[in-house]
Amino acid sequence: MSIGPIPEPTPETAPFWQGAAEGELRIQRCIRCESFYFYPRPFCPKCNSDEVEWKRVSGRARLSSYIINYRPSPEFESKDPQIIALVTLEEGPRLCTNIVGVEPEPDNLRLGMELQVAFEPRGDQFLPVFKPVRI
Amino acid sequence: MPLISPNGGNIAIVGASETERVGVVPDMSMIQLHADAARRALKDAGLTPADVDGIATAETQVIEVAAMLGIRPRWMDGTTIGGCSFMAHVRHAAAAIATGQASVVLITHGESGRSWVGMPNYSMNPRGPDGQFEQPFGAIAPYSLFTLPALAFLEARGMGQRDLAEVVVAQREWAIPNERAQRRTPVTVDEVLTGPRVAYPFTRDMCCVVTDGGGALVLVSAERARDLPSANRAVYLMGSGESCESVLVSQMDDLTSFGSFRRASAEAFETAGVTHDDIDHAMFYDAFAHLPLYMLEDTGFVGFGESGAFHAEGHTRPGGRLPINTNGGGMSYTHSGMYGMYAIQEAVRQLRGEAVVQVPDMKLSFVQGVGGLFWSAASLILSNQAP
Ligand SMILES: [Zn+2]
Repeated sequence: MSIGPIPEPTPETAPFWQGAAEGELRIQRCIRCESFYFYPRPFCPKCNSDEVEWKRVSGRARLSSYIINYRPSPEFESKDPQIIALVTLEEGPRLCTNIVGVEPEPDNLRLGMELQVAFEPRGDQFLPVFKPVRI
Repeated sequence: MPLISPNGGNIAIVGASETERVGVVPDMSMIQLHADAARRALKDAGLTPADVDGIATAETQVIEVAAMLGIRPRWMDGTTIGGCSFMAHVRHAAAAIATGQASVVLITHGESGRSWVGMPNYSMNPRGPDGQFEQPFGAIAPYSLFTLPALAFLEARGMGQRDLAEVVVAQREWAIPNERAQRRTPVTVDEVLTGPRVAYPFTRDMCCVVTDGGGALVLVSAERARDLPSANRAVYLMGSGESCESVLVSQMDDLTSFGSFRRASAEAFETAGVTHDDIDHAMFYDAFAHLPLYMLEDTGFVGFGESGAFHAEGHTRPGGRLPINTNGGGMSYTHSGMYGMYAIQEAVRQLRGEAVVQVPDMKLSFVQGVGGLFWSAASLILSNQAP
């Protein structure tokens, strides 16, 4: 169990967090324009269609940008550096997340590197975090 | 009253002042910082609170500022879009004055960002988009959010951490002679790079200072400005723009170029009817060192990938061809949380010929603001030439 802020789902975001609790990354896709989008809402931000569906996505992503946070907020009750990252899913949407399973050093973090989703318990929720496919 | 254009110099800033003190001001609450700045700006204009019929501020309730000063307005603007709110207020006030909805508009900022006196409690909302999709991962403080796309920007251009340090070094030169500035020690690129780590690739001096302070502006029509004792110091609004994108950094349309900078600045240049070559001076809201790099490129002053060299070659320093952040910027001068007001104040001082480090032969200043953490943007083009 990691310590830190716990997300509280709303009716529109609940399927995302329900998926995470079941070990699945679920993202919405517009049936009309076929684009995946994030964050959750019951209509498509690109074409305004109401015809949208939740899809289990691959969980494969690439590292788009990151910081190594040497001054974690007090909510984490730890001074350990955090890798806070922006990752782009194979299906298109970008998420803010943590990179885990690797030491927080720039040499270990190459933009474009392949990542795979994992789920970490936090309070009554599970957070989607990402691990390098190859270390 | 006949309708006039809000652009082209028809609207004037006739009063402008920061709080008497900026930096560490533990003996003033947030609302008193607003009031101190407001009363000084009105005095600067040769006006009193009784003359004000329009009022704008951000974050703090407009009502609280109006009540504090005994103002009973007929026009209010509480636009709160982050630290560039004040650029947006100038733009909105110009439209209000141009259409007769207000005749004397007061815009105020006050923030006890360092001493936290009379400030609301900081709170997170775990149900908001940020509370669900950013904060659980540690992206909470500005240094852990605003900084997130920087490596993508740098890598796309073959630039790196040194380019961030060059921005700090260039801006520090402006702050060294400025007694109101927080960081006044000369620094080298290597000293910046080896400074205390905050959030790789950012070291301490690549992050803004945290201070107390405030500022205020008074706007009237250029026609009315002619009758005020401050007439010969009036600064005119030539053009402006504003835009927004997302409240989540992860949802920027492009991590390597901020669309809101492009849209807001394009409208400012179009409405002002001037070109980049006409601009003598720029204020680029710099909460962190990557922002002047994004802004230089996104607002069209330099081409793709040229922003780092432009700093390193000295073009933004005293004597350079585009002096930038001539008060030292948010990273060296002051930054109470919403820096936009101080950027406008410095542009006004430069155009009036009253800056601590004065740029010679000033006619046009470009001011680019950013709101939140790549949430929003607003741009102003200001002139000292009466229309
Ligand atoms: Zn669609």
